[in-house]
Amino acid sequence: MGAGQPGNRERPIIMTDRTITDPKPIDTTTSDPKTSDSARFLSHLELDQPDKTFLDSNELVINMGPQHPATHGVLRVILKLDGEKVLGTECVIGYLHRGVEKIAENRTYTMFNPYVDRMDYVAAVSNGLGYCEAVEKLLNIEAPPRAKYIRVILTELNRMASHQLWLGTHALDIGAMTPLFYTFRDREEILKIFEKYCGARLTTHAFRIGGCQYETYEGFERDVTKFLDFAPPKIDEYEELLTTNRIWLERTKNVGVISRADAIALGVTGPVLRASGVKWDLRKAQPYAAYSDFDFEIPIGANGDTYDRYTVRMEEMRQSLRIIRQAVERIPEGPIMAKVPKVMKPPVGEVYHSIEAPKGELGYFIVSDGSTQPYRVRVRPPSFVNLQALDVMVRGALVADVIAVIGTLDIVLGEVDR
Amino acid sequence: MPEETNPSTPPPSGESKPAAGHAPAAPAKPAGPTALPWESPMVVKLKGQYGSGIREASTYLGQDYMVVEPSIVAELLQILRDREQFDYCVDVTAVHYPEREKQFDLVWILYSFSRNERIRVKTMIGDGESVPSAVSVWTTANWLEREVYDMFGIRFDGHPDLKRILLPDGWKGHPLRKDYGIIQQDQEWVRANLGIESGQ
Repeated sequence: MGAGQPGNRERPIIMTDRTITDPKPIDTTTSDPKTSDSARFLSHLELDQPDKTFLDSNELVINMGPQHPATHGVLRVILKLDGEKVLGTECVIGYLHRGVEKIAENRTYTMFNPYVDRMDYVAAVSNGLGYCEAVEKLLNIEAPPRAKYIRVILTELNRMASHQLWLGTHALDIGAMTPLFYTFRDREEILKIFEKYCGARLTTHAFRIGGCQYETYEGFERDVTKFLDFAPPKIDEYEELLTTNRIWLERTKNVGVISRADAIALGVTGPVLRASGVKWDLRKAQPYAAYSDFDFEIPIGANGDTYDRYTVRMEEMRQSLRIIRQAVERIPEGPIMAKVPKVMKPPVGEVYHSIEAPKGELGYFIVSDGSTQPYRVRVRPPSFVNLQALDVMVRGALVADVIAVIGTLDIVLGEVDR
Repeated sequence: MPEETNPSTPPPSGESKPAAGHAPAAPAKPAGPTALPWESPMVVKLKGQYGSGIREASTYLGQDYMVVEPSIVAELLQILRDREQFDYCVDVTAVHYPEREKQFDLVWILYSFSRNERIRVKTMIGDGESVPSAVSVWTTANWLEREVYDMFGIRFDGHPDLKRILLPDGWKGHPLRKDYGIIQQDQEWVRANLGIESGQ
């Protein structure tokens, strides 16, 4: 990239202006700084004449990624810069493309279930919930109440884990290392619950079409309640480290601003949309699972900057805990699996079902032709759509802000590329 | 069991429904889901405006969708956003039916924040036909249309930068077409760019 760009010259930028103001070209091969030439060399810096700019403004095209720790995976961003200022960006994605939607057409509905965990792998439970509910809708069945409550508890725990991972890595990108250790230490407690429940920590495959495969283990409620008492002081601890931290404020306030109108036009969802002042959460707008049974607030921001997205997510963690507490106290008894045919053949038709994943609206558009395999599965990934807003958010900002904005968008490349 | 391929009129399928077992004598109307006509002031108004341009407006499993002629798509999407406040374009996607004359279903999933309503607009186009781009209506359509182009080879007229997005630029073929095999790949590209015989 960059061939033919005006600023992409062979020589160092710092030399450019000097050669323009100097009528005599500098011979770099023979010049010795100790000769009399060096005096002339210095005089041409023209330090006493500040009007003439020392540095020429050159457009520079650089690649960020795909191998860059701050891109949270294999994202390549082509940056067009003027000095430190970003003139424009272009995202090159697809490095992790596995053709998940094509695979789905060659698997049965049940067989495809574990694949969805591998898209947004830090929120595998949410992915599974969205897929299972979409197929249930297609089959016109509903999970029993107890299964719905288990689903809510695990999904909200996963939202918390996803936000913790976001916070740790985002803070690390900006230069704060401590929060990473704190959040990973506490996220571990959630993963332990997952492990005890279904044997897996990351790609959980916790739910099945029609309900849940596993009954809660002995002491599940106790473990969850223990976590509910454990977590709030930890969130306060993260906030203590960051919320009023001067460096944090300077790196996040008014950085990566996206207006309400832009956010809607760009189809941005999740905490990014809410930080821009749109009070919209699918859990409230079109409740699924058992969300209509619980009280919780939708936190919103006012400025749509990186700091607001931070505060929105911090509050979301607290709201998640609030939902879990209500769910675990009122968890009903009963079956955990609906009556599902052994061979799943949904009637011909198509449905779109979406849930509020930690990153935004995660939707599944499934077309059935009446056979055991889906005719088409389309995943509407929140990360993919949110990433499109990157260009709008970083234009005119500094290079270092690009890192902050990629972090604040909270993308997972497994989901962007599918 | 059901072998029909028309997705808009789901035929009765007794087997997969929980409440199906008791009425095998009358397979015409089991408890299964069927598409019902979608009646709302908006649909009435649009039907009055476009007549047969809107071929079908139905509700299936509580989800509203309309099937429209490709010629009115551009105008209809604009009207849906401006007049009917569908300000959020959730998704643009396609489905391939190779045995049909009009091979592709193109689907726009729209949502309105003020009405809290989600609808789907569907049109059918043949192979090689293009549809007007919705990027000027919703900016978000940009990447979504690029992905449809990448996966199905459907071109969008007026798209500012219609190129592949997930697959590499030089790749041949559009993998989500039904005639593209599950292990098929652009062997030539793999050989030239990765220096290996197969990516499998």
